[in-house]
Amino acid sequence: MNTMKKAVTGLVVALFFAGSPVKKGYDVGDSATDFKLKNVDGRIVSLADYKDAKGFIIVFDCNTCPYSRAYDERIVALSKKYTPQNFPLIAINANDPESSSGDSFDNMVKDARRKGYDFPYLVDETQGVAKAYGATNTPHVFVLIKNGSNLTVAYIGTIDDNARNPSDVKKKYVENAVDALLAGKPVTTTKTRAVGCGIKWKDA
Amino acid sequence: MICNRILVLVFSFCTQVSLAQKAELVSLDKLQRLMASTDQPVQIINFWATWCAPCVKELPLLEKLNRERNDVKVTLVSMDMDLDPNPEKVYKFISRKNIQSRVVILNERDPNSWISKIDSSWSGALPATLIVNSITGKRRFWERELHEGDLERLLEEVK
Repeated sequence: MNTMKKAVTGLVVALFFAGSPVKKGYDVGDSATDFKLKNVDGRIVSLADYKDAKGFIIVFDCNTCPYSRAYDERIVALSKKYTPQNFPLIAINANDPESSSGDSFDNMVKDARRKGYDFPYLVDETQGVAKAYGATNTPHVFVLIKNGSNLTVAYIGTIDDNARNPSDVKKKYVENAVDALLAGKPVTTTKTRAVGCGIKWKDA
Repeated sequence: MICNRILVLVFSFCTQVSLAQKAELVSLDKLQRLMASTDQPVQIINFWATWCAPCVKELPLLEKLNRERNDVKVTLVSMDMDLDPNPEKVYKFISRKNIQSRVVILNERDPNSWISKIDSSWSGALPATLIVNSITGKRRFWERELHEGDLERLLEEVK
């Protein structure tokens, strides 16, 4: 009887774990950890440096992906709109330069200049930050809201609903999320998915 | 003389068109029907784009499997139209690389509304591959580049 009970319990536990996928990265509502990463200007940037920030727009980005390039100007526009409202944008490149040479640090420096990135464009050399956040593709956005020293994930996903053509955009997901947060309102759409280039991970 | 030239031009244009394998533009409904198709015991649906380097790199593995296994049907779903409304680049690619597997081009807007309908675990990142065994009912979704031996292992897993 006891063995039977144990076997059933074991089966229930096994089924439970089989049904719940291994948690990868953050979900909306999770607390996000800070990081220390090198910027294209050589300085080390950390979220704690931004004492007055109300929140952050973190964009996992790169030099080479056509989706990132399609969104370059929209990323610059987001920073122009929200940095003055104490909601700065920070771009992070996690692509392994071994498998994508166009994503090397030197190329990031050149690319930041070409794209007119006047905000941090950081290199995630170990890919540790991309993994902790659960970034999968580029550009992949995480909007964080700051309460005291705590950072909470408020939105995860794509910038808007039309990569191809900015003038055909109907849903500005990131802008809607940040506008809501700045107004102290709940974010309506908290998670979206988009077609994009998978992050080039280092071989395990 | 001019007539002859025009004829030659028309002729060469027609042969070029016929040489290029046709890639049908499909809706999400049509794609879902292809995913559920039972014309072969195993369907492999690969999501790719001409601009995606790791996708292009893994294509020979899919082509080889399609050629060598009678029980497997490979369908290559191009996502190119999400960025570029002109499918010409895809047609040229198929012709240049002499792709033999069936190619379809997904023609849908607002990816957020349909990505999870392909697979609930898919972030939307490319490349990605779905393997469905219509006999066992098992399916696997692989959201990363395929390397030598991966497809064979995934086929074992859906047996």
